Order: sequence, then C-alpha cells, then structure tokens
Amino acid sequence: MTGSTLDSAKTVLNHHHDAEVVAAHGAEHQDFRLLGIIVFLVAEGMIFLGLFMAYLTFRSVATEWPPAGTPRLELLLPGINTAILVSSSFVIHKADTAIKKNDVKGLRLWFGITAAMGAVFLAGQLYEYFHLEFGLTTNLFASTFYVLTGFHGLHVLFGLVLMLGVLWRSLKPDHYNSKSHFGVEAAEIYWHFVDIVWVILFLMLYIL
Amino acid sequence: MNIPSQITTLLAGIALTLVSFWYGQNHDLLPISASVESIRVDSLFNLMMTIGTGIFLLVMGILVYSAFKFRREPGDESDGPPVHGNIPLEILWTAIPAIMVLGISIYSFDIYNENGGADPMDHSMAHGKAHQQMASMPGSAMAGTLVAQADPNQQKAEVVNSDPTTAAIREDLPQKKDAPTLGVVSPKIGGAEPGAPEFVVNVAGMQYAWLFTYPGTDVVTGELHVPINQKVLVNITANDVIHAFWVPQFRLKQDAIPGRQTEVRFTPNRLGEYPLVCAELCGAYHGAMNTKVVVESAEDVQKWLQSQQVASAEGLSKAVATTPANMTETEYLAPYAKEVGISADTLKQLHSEHHSMS
Amino acid sequence: MNDREPLTFLMTQAAEYQEQANLVARGSEPDKNDWRKYFGFSTDHKVIGIQYLVTTFIFYLMGGVLATLVRTELATPASDFVSREVYNSLFTVHATVMIFLWIVPAGTGGFGNYLIPLMIGARDMAFPRLNAIAFWIIPPAGILLMSSFFVGAPGSGWTSYPPLSLMNGKAGELIWILSVLLLGTSSILAAVNFIVTIFKMRIPGMGLNQMPLFCWAMLATSFLALVATPVLAGAMILLSFDLIVGTNFFNPTGGGDPIVYQHMFWFYSHPAVYIMILPVFGMISEIVSVHSRKPIFGYKAIAYSSVAICGLGLIVWAHHMFTSGTPPWLRMFFMITSMIIAVPTGIKVFSWLATIWGGKLRLESPLLFAMGFISLFVIGGISGVMVASVPWDIHVHDTYFIVAHLHYVLFGGSVFGLYAAFYHWFPKMTGRMLNETWGKIHFALSYVGFNLAFMPMHKLGIEGMNRRIAEYDPKFAALNLLCTIGAYLLAVSTLPFLVNVCWSWVYGEKASDNPWRGLTLEWMTTSPPPVENFDADPVLATGPYDYGMGSRATEVNVAFSDASDPVLSAGPSSTLRAKPDPAVAASPSDRVGESHNR
Ligand code: HEA
Ligand code: HEA
Ligand code: CUA
Ligand SMILES: [Cu+2]
Repeated sequence: MTGSTLDSAKTVLNHHHDAEVVAAHGAEHQDFRLLGIIVFLVAEGMIFLGLFMAYLTFRSVATEWPPAGTPRLELLLPGINTAILVSSSFVIHKADTAIKKNDVKGLRLWFGITAAMGAVFLAGQLYEYFHLEFGLTTNLFASTFYVLTGFHGLHVLFGLVLMLGVLWRSLKPDHYNSKSHFGVEAAEIYWHFVDIVWVILFLMLYIL
Repeated sequence: MNIPSQITTLLAGIALTLVSFWYGQNHDLLPISASVESIRVDSLFNLMMTIGTGIFLLVMGILVYSAFKFRREPGDESDGPPVHGNIPLEILWTAIPAIMVLGISIYSFDIYNENGGADPMDHSMAHGKAHQQMASMPGSAMAGTLVAQADPNQQKAEVVNSDPTTAAIREDLPQKKDAPTLGVVSPKIGGAEPGAPEFVVNVAGMQYAWLFTYPGTDVVTGELHVPINQKVLVNITANDVIHAFWVPQFRLKQDAIPGRQTEVRFTPNRLGEYPLVCAELCGAYHGAMNTKVVVESAEDVQKWLQSQQVASAEGLSKAVATTPANMTETEYLAPYAKEVGISADTLKQLHSEHHSMS
Repeated sequence: MNDREPLTFLMTQAAEYQEQANLVARGSEPDKNDWRKYFGFSTDHKVIGIQYLVTTFIFYLMGGVLATLVRTELATPASDFVSREVYNSLFTVHATVMIFLWIVPAGTGGFGNYLIPLMIGARDMAFPRLNAIAFWIIPPAGILLMSSFFVGAPGSGWTSYPPLSLMNGKAGELIWILSVLLLGTSSILAAVNFIVTIFKMRIPGMGLNQMPLFCWAMLATSFLALVATPVLAGAMILLSFDLIVGTNFFNPTGGGDPIVYQHMFWFYSHPAVYIMILPVFGMISEIVSVHSRKPIFGYKAIAYSSVAICGLGLIVWAHHMFTSGTPPWLRMFFMITSMIIAVPTGIKVFSWLATIWGGKLRLESPLLFAMGFISLFVIGGISGVMVASVPWDIHVHDTYFIVAHLHYVLFGGSVFGLYAAFYHWFPKMTGRMLNETWGKIHFALSYVGFNLAFMPMHKLGIEGMNRRIAEYDPKFAALNLLCTIGAYLLAVSTLPFLVNVCWSWVYGEKASDNPWRGLTLEWMTTSPPPVENFDADPVLATGPYDYGMGSRATEVNVAFSDASDPVLSAGPSSTLRAKPDPAVAASPSDRVGESHNR
C-alpha cells in the first residue's frame, strides 16, 4: 500500500472549463453501453431460465409427458430452422469483422443476409404454428410450447428490428467505422444470445 | 475498545444469560399443547426464545448504554478514536452466531425427524388396500414397489378414493407425479412412531369448508373427531384452491393442494376441543373457514361415528346415487350441510358468489 | 513544487483534510433547486433521485392509509367495517404498494440514484436517459394499481397464489400483473445502470475497497434485482396467460401445477426482501460512522457480508413454502441456508454496534433512527431465524407471527433506515437543515407506535390467529385492539415528519456543504450539488471512514496498488476499472489530459 500524494497543481489541471462540462454532458462512453447490454442480457437470460425451469418441472411432475393425445412434433422444419439460425450467428460475425476493417459494404451485406435468415426463421416458425394440430390451450405441453417459442420468436423479431436499424444507419456516411460501431456489436451480441436460447429451447422441446 | 472493567462485563454477561434462560422457559407465549408432536416443537421454540432473548438484550443493552455513555459533549467537535477493526473480535462474532444457527438447525432437524418429517421410506402405504393386494399377488411385489416409488401421489389418491364416501366428496383432479429430482408431490409431516395402528381420516378442503370422511363408514362431517393417545393420519387434498389444515394446539400445519395428496400425522394426548383453522388465503370467507377438532376417548369416537352414520346415511345414499358431475356443487353438498355445520343457504350463497366471480 | 505542501495545514479533523483536498472539485455554487425541473423529464441523477423519493413517499402514504383501513377492520373481531372481498383487496394492495412502490424504488431508485454518482465522484449515472425512463415507468404503474379499486382490486394477497388468483376478479388481477411487470422492468433497468456505474465510473484511486459501503450494498442489491426480477416476470407472463386465454400452467383442473408458481414467485420475492434491506444496511453504515465520529468497524467484513447475503439470498426461497409441496431434504436445505444468513447479517449488526461503542455520538434524528433501526431489525431477524426452523414454521406459517416478522424487518428495518437516511441527507439534497425537535418527536412516536402495533402480533400468531382474515376469534380481541391503537399512533407519527420536511425545505436553516462533517465525496461539493456534481474530479485524501485520523496530514491510506489483491485495488492491474485512459490513470500524478469517461 502506498500513500497517495495529492498534487495540487495537477488537480487544478483536471479542472474542467464550463464549456467542456456542457459538451461532455449526456455523451455516453461506448464501453459502458456495451457492458450495459451484456448486463441486461443477464436479466433476459434469467427470464428464459425461469421459464425453462418451469417447463422442466411441469414435465417431471406430470404423469405423462407430453400429455396423452398430443400429436408428435415434426422435426424436419424446426431442424432446418435451427440450422438457419445457428449459421446466422456466424454470418453476423462476418459483419463485425468487416466493420472492424472499415468495410461498410461488407457490413451491409452480412447484416442483410443475417436479417434475411432471421426472417426465414420467423416465417418457418409461423408456418409450423399454422400446421400444428394443437392450439395454445390444448394441454399443458401445448401451452408451454407456444409460450416458450413465441416468447423467443418475439426476441428474434426484435433482433431483426435491431439489424434493420443498423442497416438504416449504415447508409449515413461514416456512421459506422472501424473505431465506432457500437450498434453493430450490440446487435451481434443480442443475436448470439437469441441463438443460444433457441438451441436450448430446441433441445428441450423437440429432442428431450 | 473501551470495555468497562472486566468484572462488570462478566456480571452483565451472567445476568443476561440468567434472564435469557428464565425468559426462554417462562415467556407464556404458547397456547395449550395437545399432541405428542407439539411438546417437541415447544422445546425447540423455548431454545430459540432463550437465544433470541439473549441476543436482543445484548444488542439493546449496548445501544442504550452507548446512548447514555458515549453521547458527545456539547461543543466537542473532535472525532472519536480511530479504531478500524479488531480481527479476533470479528472472528468471534462470526463464529458464535454460526455455531448458534448450526445448533438450532441440528436441533430443528432432530425435532423434524422425530415428528416424522424426513421419514424416508414411509409406511403410509401399509394400510392401503392397493399395496397389500398387489403384494399378495405372486411376482408382482417388485412391480408394486416400483410403481409405489414412481408415483405415490397417484397411489395415495387411489387408496383414499377406494373409500366411496371419500371419493364422493373429492373432486377428481388430475394428479401430479413424484419427481425425485424436483420434489415430492405428496409431502407429509407428523407422527413417526411406527407400529401402532392409525386412525385414518380423509379430508377435502373447499371454499369454505372442511369435509371429513372416515374410511369404512359412510360418515361425512364438518368437524374432526379423533381418539386420544392413538396415532391419527389425515389424508388431505383440496377441491378448488389451496387451503391449509392447521391445529394450533398440535403445532402442525399442512397445505391442502388441489391435484396433490398431502398428509399429516399426530398423536393427540389431551382431551378437549381445539380450533381447526384454514391457514391459507382461499377467498373472501377464508377467515370463516374454521371448525373444531375433538379429542375424545376411542369409545366416544366410535359412538359419535355411529350417531353420525345414522344421521347421514340417508343424505349420503342420495348423493352417491346421483352422479355428482350432473349437479352443481351446492345441490350436491346440500345433504351434508347439516353435518358440516353450515346452512345450505350459506353454502349456496358462498358457492354462487365464487362461481359468478370465476 | 512540493505537492504535499498545501495539505500540511494545522488540521485536526479528517473532514477538513478531505474538504481541503477537494476544494477544486467543489461545485462553484449550490444548485438553485428550481422546483419546476422536478416535474419534467430530467436526466440529472439528483433530480431523478428526488423524483423517486417524493413519488414513492406519496405511495407510502397511500399504502399507509390502506394499512390503517386494515387495522380499523381488525379493531373488532367481526367483519363489520368493509366487506370481506374489499378487506382482501386492502391488504393485497397495501403490501404491493409498500413493496413495489415504496421500499424497493425508494431505497434503490431514490437514495441509490441520488448518492451513488456523488459518492464515487462521477457526474451522473452511466445511462442518464435510461435512468429517467426507469423512473417514469413508476408513476403510471402506481396509478394503474391504485385505479384497480374502481374495477375490483386484486384480492389474492401480494403473493397472488393461483388457483385463487385465477378465480377472483379478473380485471383487478390483470391490473396487478401489469403493474408488477412494469415495476419489475423499472427495477431491472435501474439495476443495469447501477452495476455499470459502480464498476466503471468511480474516480481514479477509488478501488472497490475504497468505495463507501453504500456502494457495496447497492452493487449487491442491483445484482439481486438483475437476476431475480426476471423470474418474477416469467411467472407473471404465465399467470396472465392462465388468466386471459385460459391456459393451465397453474390451474390444477387442466393439469397445471400451482406449486411451480410459488417457486417462481419466491425465487424473486425472497431476494426482493434483501433488495429492500441491503441499501438500507448501506445507509446505516454511512450514518452510524459519521454520527459516532468513528471509522466504520470492520469495513471489509461489512462490505463482503453484503455480497454473502446476496449470494445466500438466492438459495433460500423455499422457506416460504415449508408447508406446501416441498420434500423433506429440500426443507432441510432451505432451513440451513436461511439460518446461515444470520451470520453475515450479524457481522453487520455487531460491526455497527462496535462503531457506536466508544464514539462521540451526535444523538440527533439520523442516529436515533439508525439505532432504532438496529434494535427493531434485530427483533425481526431473530423471528426470521425462528421461522426458518422448519418445525416452528410449520406451526406459525401464515399467521400473525409472520406478519409481525415482516413488519419488524420491513418497517422497523427498511422504513426506519430510510427515515434515518432522509434526516441524514436532507441537508445535502435541499441545502436546508431539518428541524431537530420535530425529528425527535417523529422518532419517539414512530418507535412507540410501531412496537405497540406489531409486538402483540407475535403472540397472536403463536396463539392461533391466522393472517389475511377479516374476522377472527373474539379471544384475540384485546391484543388486536392494542395493535390497532398502535397503528393509529404510527399514522399520526408520520405527520411531524411531513410538516418538518415541507416547512424546512422552504424555511429551514441553511445547511453548509458538510453539516455532519462527513468524509464521503457527496459532502465535498455544495449543498445541493450543482448539475454534474463536481467542477473537477474529486480526489480521495482520506478513506471514506477515516474519522479521528486527520492528524496524519501526509500519509493517506488509499490503496493504489495492492500486491495481495491487485484486482480489488485501484491500481493499474485492476480488471474492474474502465479502459485505460490517460486521464484516469491510477495515481493523480500520472494523469494526462481530459477524461472522456462521462
Ligand atoms: C426486509 C425484509 C426482510 C428481511 C431482511 C428478512 C430477513 C429474514 N427472513 Fe423474512 N420475510 C419477509 C421480509 C424479510 N425477511 C417478508 C416480507 C416475509 C413474508 C412474506 C409473506 O408471506 O407475505 C418474510 C417471511 C419469512 C419466512 C417465511 C415464513 C412463512 O411464511 O412461513 C422465513 C422463513 O424462513 C423468513 C426468514 C428470514 C430470515 C432467516 C431472515 C434473515 O435474513 C434475518 C437475519 C438477521 C438476524 C438474525 C438479526 C441480526 C443477527 C444477529 C444479531 C446475529 C446473531 C443472531 C443469531 C445467532 C440468530 N422470512
Ligand atoms: C414495507 C412494507 C410495509 C409497510 C411499511 C407496512 C406498514 C404497515 N402495515 Fe403492512 N404489510 C406488508 C408490508 C408493509 N406494511 C406486507 C408485505 C403484508 C402482507 C400482505 C399479504 O398478506 O399479502 C402486510 C400486511 C399487513 C397486515 C396483515 C393483513 C392481514 O394479513 O390480514 C396488517 C395488519 O395489521 C398490516 C398493517 C400495517 C400497518 C398498520 C402499517 C403502518 O406501519 C403504516 C403506517 C403509515 C401510515 C399510516 C401512513 C401515514 C399516513 C398519513 C399520515 C395520512 C393520514 C392517515 C390516515 C387517514 C390514516 N400490514
Ligand atoms: Cu380455506 Cu382459507
Ligand atoms: Cu424469505
């Protein structure tokens, strides 16, 4: 432990002029926002974790699971969907690499592809919903199925909105560059999160 | 630290201990104890009360003493002594509470065990017909126990419902299954003494009454009669919302949960009438959902059961003959209303309120 | 120039030393405190903090009026004052308001927002706009909840257990769910903000172990809010599906399981009780030290015990379910973990006592309330350990013994602590002193009224009075009447405080920058602090609690590096600090240029 030495001269140097104070006001440091997103995703993760645990409990205390009369889930379409979503995580990472090289075109390209893949996923999910033989209130399994996938679907939708937002902003010259691309990183982290949640969800609902 | 002379501290410590011990035994907070189980719970409480009194007096004593002793002199603007900590002291006040709560935990665990809470391989099935029948069939003993392990909740429900009177008053709700990892679905508490034959009562809670049935009789009543000095087993469930079976003088409580079979065991050891209270919020009349439990001699219980049998035979046969499903709850309950101690009108009123709201 | 020269004054007090070192940081003039800004969308953490405090206090009064109605009904054994349904709504809304609209937002949002940036020497929170949004969720959610009385308020208790909550009035229940969801969202957003702020925006030189203890407490609290609240949201989502579209997650008739709801609810609501008490623990640590003129006893023990409570608090939830579907081994597990929480809490209590011991007590309202807090909280804590014991809880669960426990920890604990904090920081917030005589009257009335109202409930519960009932056995009449009288006294006790605050805010004696001669950084600027708090980065000339150490003018006990614990010190190897930025180099003498970190 060393004692601090108070340097009055330097302390005075640190003094902010009023104009600077005003200018600095409200400006947020990038690092903080990214950390903020990550911290927030912890909370998001806990919602899903809570719902997952509820599902697992329902399942383990039910005498029969899925309850008698529940039609088997088709695996093909959701399987393809899963593949699409998982690979989109790699695609979106390309965008991140691109913008780190100042390649805005690349950013747009990869973000566009990711968004398209997300849209296909959503469409696939909707298609599945309309062709399932059970409805929201059919039984406990059906209810958990729809609520879990639906809640996840909302997250996918939000991720899409984020990506479109980034695409829109990338039209402005030099809005994103190799130094400043918070929006890109935020969307990417969020997308990875949505992806991981889906994998767990898929294993739980379809495979287990 | 400015500890007063060691002798005063010592004396204060002794006084504090004595007062705590005295108060721990003489707090006069507990109601009458009327079961074997309650004696144990009371001794646990007395111990916690002793420790609690001691801690409270210690903290309060320090606060009051400081408030007088260490008050700042008017005009004194200086700071106190710069004491930042004292490791041995801190270890001490971490260790002592740790030992205390560990002690309380172990003692609680003990009492809980003695009261039959953690009885692993319970004998609740011993009196059950289902189990006995299965066991007597050659080759099915294994299967029988396996099934019993997998789903005691379902089994209990079956055992209980094999009594037609009980089945008639119980709503047929989907039963849950025991999941070894996530929890026992049919919890139990009370009465670990093995051996002695149990006096079995089945009860269903519903807004806002308890309906007791006594297997082997066709008696349905709204109050509980149990023989003294005999182990009693109460099989509990609920028909609509969660209720809780509580007899303060027995110190035992168990929730009645729709879709699950719970049970409570006790050995009453004191004659008398005690309140039986619904302790879980179950709607507007939750506060009125109480009745009594009567502890009397075994003969008196039998006599009382016989008198009830005569009284309810008529009403019951009516109720069982018609399928309950086709009746509203009120119609269907009406025959019991007299025994239950609630007038049919009240029941009708309660239930129509409850149904119109849902 | 000899950099130590300006500090070798003839100083006897640590406070003067700290003030001297921070003269440049001090705001140039006090904020004008224009009342209009409190009614708009402001991103200034101090404005938001006060907005939180005033809003939540208004909700507290509403919750208190509901409580008084509850007590009025219970003055007599019969159900004669309000109908049974209304009675159930009264205590349901009472508890929901007190918890979600008063203690949680007042402790975290109110004092947390006001104090955290000041204490760590920052100019604002990390995300000022998010902060404002988190606040502005609260008034509409509160109004929504109160308005449920027009459509039939929720009446299934603040726990809202299904299947009952699915059968009572639908509209009221839905409103309850919605407002809880909104308030939960607000709480999560605030937590994100606090975590980032505390980790990233401390002034250079302030390692985690140099933070005021309130910051530690808020860190632990925010973590709990972040991790636990979402699970409540999950429960609310499922419950609302059951309620609106008729799914059967929690409805046994359709194969659902009400116990799953209880687990999800308590997974949040037990940590929630620590969300309500931890900030108060932090405030008490500040207040006790300042007003006893002594360093806080055992800084690290208090700081880390907050973390311990936070961790343990996440694994005790099923102690609320000892009589429902909990298997024996889980009952035992949750019993032991619950009891162990007494150990870190005891460390705090004893450390406060040791801080007071031998000090030079300024026995005014802040310290009186703080000492009242300690005495009442200990009673609540002891009854908490009693109910953690399974056999005993099986007897007293859902009785007035629990009602007594929860008010001792929540009112005797959180509310007394918040009052202590009001008296302590009011001069900083408004630039005016509160009237001391009225403060003492307030304390005496609250202390007596509180014990009168809630002490007899212990006996009531043990003797057999269950909770949540509008009518009770006449044998409980006498004690209940006593409780009701105490509750009225408690209601009256609020009046001196209200008058005092309103009057002093306008006419009170002007407060100096540092009326209590505190060492933490909020006292190093003007009262009230200007927008952006400091004119320059404040420095730590002393630790936050170095009372009585002022004569050590040349040596300051701030760890810029700590070989044994580099991560927790403020040194360059600290992983917890913001990215290296020449302006925030660990030691002031190494700093270059302006910081961009705000
Ligand atoms: C601020 C809020 C707060 C706090 C801090 C606490 C603190 C504690 N609570 Fe409490 N509790 C509530 C709010 C709170 N509680 C509420 C609102 C309910 C009711 C909910 C409802 O049903 O509506 C409740 C209910 C509740 C129950 C369920 C009862 C039931 O419904 O049957 C239990 C059971 O274990 C419990 C236990 C504890 C314990 C062990 C602590 C511990 O943290 C206490 C630790 C503190 C101390 C022990 C004192 C200081 C320590 C010492 C001086 C050291 C020496 C002490 C010993 C050796 C014992 N509480
Ligand atoms: C922080 C939390 C908090 C606080 C501060 C309080 C404060 C009070 N509580 Fe509360 N209470 C709870 C949390 C809290 N409560 C919870 C969680 C429950 C469980 C609910 C459930 O079972 O679901 C509960 C339940 C509860 C019950 C049990 C109801 C039942 O089970 O049937 C009772 C009964 O006496 C009660 C009373 C009081 C009283 C008298 C106060 C007093 O301290 C209030 C004093 C304050 C005031 C009165 C405000 C002052 C107002 C004015 C000055 C304006 C003028 C006044 C009037 C017109 C009267 N509360
Ligand atoms: Cu049944 Cu309360
Ligand atoms: Cu708890």
